[in-house]
Amino acid sequence: MTGEQIIFLAVALFTLGSGFMVVTTRNLIHAALWLISTLFGVAVVFAILNAGFLAVVQVVVYIGAIAILFIFAVMLTRKDMRDQGPQTNQNWWVGALIAVLVFGGLVFLLQGWNGLSKTAADIPSGFDAVAELGNELVSPAGYVLPFEVASVLLVAALVGAVYVAFNRK
Amino acid sequence: MVPLSWFLILAAALFSVGLFGVLSRRNAVAILLGIELMLNSVNINLAAFWRYGNVLEMAGQVFAVIVFAVAAAEVAVGLALVISVYRTRNTVIADDLDMMKW
Repeated sequence: MTGEQIIFLAVALFTLGSGFMVVTTRNLIHAALWLISTLFGVAVVFAILNAGFLAVVQVVVYIGAIAILFIFAVMLTRKDMRDQGPQTNQNWWVGALIAVLVFGGLVFLLQGWNGLSKTAADIPSGFDAVAELGNELVSPAGYVLPFEVASVLLVAALVGAVYVAFNRK
Repeated sequence: MVPLSWFLILAAALFSVGLFGVLSRRNAVAILLGIELMLNSVNINLAAFWRYGNVLEMAGQVFAVIVFAVAAAEVAVGLALVISVYRTRNTVIADDLDMMKW
């Protein structure tokens, strides 16, 4: 077992453990904090995959914006759901069963696929993945149209969120 | 070198954990937390297939960036809805929001 594999296993266990705490903790503020550590674990997985830009965006957008938004939402809606009462509905075991079945089904499907033990080719020397990603995002032959559609979607979501949450009193 | 299957199994496990959270939690904010976990596991898959496929073809990373944008939009609108519902109905428990059910 190489050093890289040991690092991956440690990060994967950390990520999954934090993710499990996100869905089981009673206190929602703690769940949001566990979400931050899960997102950090995923950022490290991106770094292991040589996707440096994704790792940075994960920290900036997910941890810097989305997790903070969650903490704000929990604090704004906290009153009725402190720590008393069950946090899961009566049918939680059906949800657990479905989740286990989905995981088992995915692993079963993956086992029958022959590309599974593939190892990554070395990145060619002089290849700058971030510059290439930037070129692809703005070149008409690449992905400029999905990029623009994403920006329109963000504007629409911004306006919609302000309209929905606006206090008309 | 880490084999591709490890990344895919990690993503599948994270997706299942998020699915469990979405299906079993009562609080609407906690349901959104589960959705975030599921979106993250999809991004792990996209990045892994980019790295283990043709590195010169950036489609996997571009798709992951679009998923980031969609996740940000989804969370902004979702939390705005939760706060608006909390203001009018004074609850964030998904079971109690049954005015469209008959």
